[in-house]
Amino acid sequence: MATKASRSAARIMMAPAVILLLGWMLVPLIMTLWFSFRVYLPLRGGDQGWAGFDNYTRFVTSSAFWPSVQTTLIIVLGVLAITVIFGILIALLLDQPIWGQGVVRILVIAPFFVMPTVSALVWKNMFMDPVNGLFAHLWRFFGAEPVSWLSDASMGSIIMIVSWQWLPFATLILLTAVQSLDSEQLEAAEMDGAPFLKRFWFIVLPHLSRAITIVILIQTIFLLAIFAEIFVTTGGAFGTRTLSYLIFQRVLESQNVGLGSAGGVYAIILANIIAIFLMRIVGKNLD
Amino acid sequence: MGQIQLKQVTKSFGDVQVIPPLDLTIKDGEFTVFVGPSGCGKSTLLRLIAGLEDITSGHIEIDGTDATDLVPAKRGLAMVFQSYALYPHMSVRKNIAFPLRMAKMDQSEIDRRVNAAAEVLNLADYIDRKPGQLSGGQRQRVAIGRAIVREPSAFLFDEPLSNLDAALRVGMRMEISELHKKLATTMVYVTHDQVEAMTMADKIVVLQAGVIEQVGSPLELYRAPRNTFVAGFIGSPKMNLITGEEATKHNAATIGIRPEHIDVVQSDGMWQGTVGVAEHLGSDTFFHIHNTGLAETLTVRAIGDISLTHGDTIHLNPRMDELHRFDAGGLRIA
Repeated sequence: MATKASRSAARIMMAPAVILLLGWMLVPLIMTLWFSFRVYLPLRGGDQGWAGFDNYTRFVTSSAFWPSVQTTLIIVLGVLAITVIFGILIALLLDQPIWGQGVVRILVIAPFFVMPTVSALVWKNMFMDPVNGLFAHLWRFFGAEPVSWLSDASMGSIIMIVSWQWLPFATLILLTAVQSLDSEQLEAAEMDGAPFLKRFWFIVLPHLSRAITIVILIQTIFLLAIFAEIFVTTGGAFGTRTLSYLIFQRVLESQNVGLGSAGGVYAIILANIIAIFLMRIVGKNLD
Repeated sequence: MGQIQLKQVTKSFGDVQVIPPLDLTIKDGEFTVFVGPSGCGKSTLLRLIAGLEDITSGHIEIDGTDATDLVPAKRGLAMVFQSYALYPHMSVRKNIAFPLRMAKMDQSEIDRRVNAAAEVLNLADYIDRKPGQLSGGQRQRVAIGRAIVREPSAFLFDEPLSNLDAALRVGMRMEISELHKKLATTMVYVTHDQVEAMTMADKIVVLQAGVIEQVGSPLELYRAPRNTFVAGFIGSPKMNLITGEEATKHNAATIGIRPEHIDVVQSDGMWQGTVGVAEHLGSDTFFHIHNTGLAETLTVRAIGDISLTHGDTIHLNPRMDELHRFDAGGLRIA
């Protein structure tokens, strides 16, 4: 891209892709903004005109709003903590030379290929079912009363399911980072008198900081929008109603597109606030 | 103190024995260089001494105590790695202070030692920078700094100069030699470059396939190579090793004559041939000579600039008292 001619040629050739992507993003965004200012009740008269900021005030003053934000944040933070911590540990284990390394690595990655709906159903019916689930059998084997996971420990259950799905992703990224660590650095630290835990703390962890940052950023984006796992397990009951689930309920269960759209705009704002905080806290690792 | 003794040390990776039983004593304060072609086991040997690899059998004694099963940190040795192995997220100061922090030393003592090391190695200008912002030579100094603050009983260098450019390498070579004079600590240095070995060592250990071919001072190795391998490895350009009829004349299977021990004469030389390549360095001229009637191409070093070029006929006279003779097994005939 050295000359003026090649630069403008590049711009022209990039234009279709840029315009397409921009349109793809802007059209839904503008539609959401538009609907959020309308009284739009599909089953009760359709679009009934201008609503001003009514939808926004109604959404935010609803008793369900703040608990849903809290739920969203707890799930995101819980899953991040579990996937990062266990991701690092599993990555360190997988980095060890073992027999059948290739197969083990593929097995570890496997949960990521399972669709969210499917994995949530598998967990709900095969593991967490209080009568026939594996956990129930295990509990009874030890003489304990089976736990009704999805009603009594609903948040923990959801966090566990979602963590199970995202752990492979974290492990995979962290494993490549672990493998890129120069072994001479570890040997130098060993010579310098650092025992295993100190080598991990002073050498491995700082080396992984960039990968951890990437894991946190990418997972946060996806975790803010988790839906299927809640839909097929608790259906938003037992305190598991996240912001995205609340929006779904407003639009589809209450048939109020205007109110749901206002919620969507709040979700965008929340995501951006979190993104700004994240970039402030961990983004400096990326330069 | 820093005497290192290897007794019948062997190392195998699986079924492959890379170091057959080996005995070696490195005296206190000595600058010992392990030299050999790549893959000869010299780095492995150094790593065995450091404790980064377990030995398969035998014993390692450091200062008279058995260190065979000691972890690296307890051996009192410091190592400088080929890649420098600096911790990229720590400043130079923190890098150097790291071993002291691990030893749970007082902060005031750490500061004192780091500053002393910085002074010895002229690191003061970039002590607060990160390794990524330093040049190769500076990183090398930091790596050495990290080694000297521990005041180890011996330093281990694993090809420390191979990532530097030629000019810097000569400079760092001098600095390491001077550091050795100043600290008077045992140093074990691994290199594949025989020039580094010759210029720095008190004692050279020539290795081939894990076997020690010869141990001695640089000049001992130069004057009296024990076999054809050492003869060909030590000295630059390489010694001419001549087999066949010419060798039989001197009652040997192989005769060796160094390029600097062949004189270029106007006429009536013992050998004559045509110049293939002439390398004019100003101070010396290297000739590669064909058609001498010998099986091998001869290399000759002449002092000064001699104006013979490709295709010219050259007359040569080897100095017979500098001739090395080797038997059929490649061993030196006294």
